[in-house]
Amino acid sequence: MATDAYEAAIKGLKDLLSKKTDIGNVAAEKIKELTQELKELDSSNSDAVERIKSGFTHFKTQKYLKDSARFNDLAKGQSPKFLVFACSDSRVCPSHILNFQPGEAFVVRNIANMVPPFDQKRHSGVGAAVEYAVVHLKVENIVVIGHSCCGGIKGLMSIEDDAAPTQSDFIENWVKIGASARNKIKEEHQDLDYDEQCNKCEKEAVNVSLGNLLSYPFVRAAVVKNTLAIRGAHYNFVKGTFDLWELDFKTTPAYAFS
Amino acid sequence: MVVSSISRKKPSLYNALAKSQNPKFLVFACSDSRVSPSHILNFQPGEAFEIRNIANMVPLFDKTQHSGAGAAMEYPITKLNVENILVIGHSRCGGIKALMSIEDDAAPNKSVFIENWVKIGTSAKNKIKEEFKDLSFEEQCTHCEKEAVNVTLGNLLSYPFVRERVEKGKLALRGAHYDFVDGTFELWELDVKTTPAFAFS
Repeated sequence: MATDAYEAAIKGLKDLLSKKTDIGNVAAEKIKELTQELKELDSSNSDAVERIKSGFTHFKTQKYLKDSARFNDLAKGQSPKFLVFACSDSRVCPSHILNFQPGEAFVVRNIANMVPPFDQKRHSGVGAAVEYAVVHLKVENIVVIGHSCCGGIKGLMSIEDDAAPTQSDFIENWVKIGASARNKIKEEHQDLDYDEQCNKCEKEAVNVSLGNLLSYPFVRAAVVKNTLAIRGAHYNFVKGTFDLWELDFKTTPAYAFS
Repeated sequence: MVVSSISRKKPSLYNALAKSQNPKFLVFACSDSRVSPSHILNFQPGEAFEIRNIANMVPLFDKTQHSGAGAAMEYPITKLNVENILVIGHSRCGGIKALMSIEDDAAPNKSVFIENWVKIGTSAKNKIKEEFKDLSFEEQCTHCEKEAVNVTLGNLLSYPFVRERVEKGKLALRGAHYDFVDGTFELWELDVKTTPAFAFS
């Protein structure tokens, strides 16, 4: 089909050139331009398409076809035990760093792995993911994973004045979810240098997110019933380490005054 | 706890990545546990900046309501200069099923968040329900999984920092659909350009 259109266009051009010989040079210039354009378009686009194609082929031959029992089961439904929050950073995919296999983890990835507080108007994206995982898939664990050299946390720590107009369209408003973490670090660790403060903030911001998880009634209900555990983590790809901690949430026995 | 042997096997890659990232792809994928782009497209550390949410949606530009999606795009596009955006829909998507199950857009929601979020894809649902009335619910959902990707590709253009770069040919937009029942992967491009102008005088 493409060659028919091309053949027709070439024929039309040849007919025109045979009738109007003076436009030959103009036509030649335009054809050279078009050829160059198509060449450039082709090389940059075809790199990306090739990369996607070879990636899928690798998956299909090395994993999908070799483990058909697992993939047949997964085609019917998923029952992951984990809901994972990770940063969108290209270096911290949970499938790599924790070797999660297909079916194991329901994953939400955003800037600086943030969980905002319950807000049906402003934060329906995260809310929908938490609701689906906790209420419908009934995951047993939530893990929020922060990481080293996080650009989002760096952006948060760079905000000098909360009241100043933002320099970005969205980034500052989003990372300000972690504002209480930043304030705590700036107060308690004034002696540390900026990079060390950022490192502490990466972990403290995870704690802010863990706290925010409890603002979702369906999370609270499952935690209180002991059907859901909440953990924070920090992956440091400079040192090659992984810290993991739990959020302990329980009520103590009551005092009875009479 | 020490990271597995992969990083010990490729120290030069991990040393380089520790300093900075330079991914060529910004990928939107569903949070579904079966569709991690690292698995299905074999992305290695450093290759793809990933956003994962319910039904791989991107809402229209909106600073008041959708700062999460906006921030997740603003950073890779304006600071990391990614060259390709890829939006991947998938088979048996629970979010799309929820969207297709909404009988009446005006009725009160049954969920706290899910319906409000998946309604980003409402125009896709309406188009499928109209054009494919004769198909079963499941077949309609499959069509909607792909059409919702197109809605998202369109929504991407409502972000000025995306539009500018697409117009200059510095950013390519593609949609895809991964079918784990059949083991197939479809890929298509969004072609955005202006044609030469007609000059009326």
